[in-house]
Amino acid sequence: MDGRGCEDYRCVEVETEVVSNTSGSARVKLGHTDILVGVKAEMGTPKLEKPNEGYLEFFVDCSANATPEFEGRGGDDLGTEIANTLSRIFNNKSSVDLQALCISPREHCWVLYVDVLLLECGGNLFDAISIAVKAALFSTRIPRVRVLEDEEGSKDIELSDDPYDCIRLSVENVPCIVTLCKIGYRHVVDASLQEEACSLASLLVSVTSKGVVTCMRKVGKGSLDPESIFEMMETSKRVGKVLHSSLQTVLHKEESLGPKRQKVGFLG
Amino acid sequence: MAGLELLSDQGYRVDGRRAGELRKIQARMGVFAQADGSAYIEQGNTKALAVVYGPHEIRGSRARALPDRALVNCQYSSATFSTGERKRRPHGDRKSCEMGLQLRQTFEAAILTQLHPRSQIDIYVQVLQADGGTYAACVNAATLAVLDAGVPMRDFVCACSAGFVDGTALADLSHVEEAAGGPQLALALLPASGQIALLEMDARLHEDHLEQVLEAAARAARDVHALLDRVVRQHVREASVLLGD
Repeated sequence: MDGRGCEDYRCVEVETEVVSNTSGSARVKLGHTDILVGVKAEMGTPKLEKPNEGYLEFFVDCSANATPEFEGRGGDDLGTEIANTLSRIFNNKSSVDLQALCISPREHCWVLYVDVLLLECGGNLFDAISIAVKAALFSTRIPRVRVLEDEEGSKDIELSDDPYDCIRLSVENVPCIVTLCKIGYRHVVDASLQEEACSLASLLVSVTSKGVVTCMRKVGKGSLDPESIFEMMETSKRVGKVLHSSLQTVLHKEESLGPKRQKVGFLG
Repeated sequence: MAGLELLSDQGYRVDGRRAGELRKIQARMGVFAQADGSAYIEQGNTKALAVVYGPHEIRGSRARALPDRALVNCQYSSATFSTGERKRRPHGDRKSCEMGLQLRQTFEAAILTQLHPRSQIDIYVQVLQADGGTYAACVNAATLAVLDAGVPMRDFVCACSAGFVDGTALADLSHVEEAAGGPQLALALLPASGQIALLEMDARLHEDHLEQVLEAAARAARDVHALLDRVVRQHVREASVLLGD
């Protein structure tokens, strides 16, 4: 242990708009864990079962930068696992307003490609990634488009000329993951790499800012008894609320600094 | 090159630079704590990260071990969001493999591999944002990362690209200039000896002009060297202050 309490996070550093050719991006540093998320908005066709909604696509790249084991195809398994978890979390109506991403029903919609890049692993990947995804979605700006219809019924899509004329996503209900690691008889939040090695099982709980649990998953080879799961859920709700509110304040504070903000990126 | 004037009559380029001028370079060593060496570089809007692990034991099959020198292993990957249009795969495609191979050749020429026989040195490069000159940015970042890891090298490896427009050689091409489709030259230089670690040219260029373009690239690479040298000295100074001596 590094002197933290069981419900304390390590110091989190968040910076948005670090990659300028994306619609939105964020970099999150949580202890030694380093995550970069880029969101790119592209036009696509809506899914057949949801004709008036856009959708999100997740991709996680475990780059060899993190550990040499990820070289070549080594990181693919972990990447797919994280991407699937993320898409499960966002697979409900409340997290993101998908209807806002629709341009014209059944024909065009925005597809948000959320690409997560793992730069360094220092434990608690899921939490850091979910924070980074939320921050990146917060900073995402999608150009506003208008659908013009002429007499023959053919549709034309017009992109706004003003680069500042764009829609923003509401991230109020975007959940964050809180991972609780069971170590002995206690459970700890934000386990470092060493603590993760000691833990047999952990529980991923995705919590919204209001404390609503949207998804839960047990990972690890050990087992948990039902009683402790309820206990862990209570903890995660409590911790999640605090996490959300502090993230929200930081993001708004950063935005209020405006374009004059000195970008730190990887140079600081 | 229809529609776009790459070099104005007054001698300015699309982004307002002179023909031989570099883009702004900012770099930092020691970005990550877990890797043996790491560095980050920004050349204009091109941003690259490099990480070095090693020298360590050969991973995987022992048959790959070289009895007389270290194996240099390079992987180039570029983030799916790095380019204007989203990429589907970060690495493993043909361009990344080729880049990895080129980096390997470059660094085999520069690292004193015979000092670490039967071992392996991993160099992983990650492009975060691509705006022309990715190869050069990768080489420069990897040089800093190798230095940060303390792996002995013959010299710095400094790379720069150059192009040729209307009888003038342009140094450090941006994406717009690369996309215009003129001749392009990538050069990796060992500045102290003036040796060339890697030279690659695509597109057609008259033999008579080659010297001029090569000279422009070499001059730009020497400028890069001066900058990298400053970064390294600054880093060492800071590190020694932290150590308290």
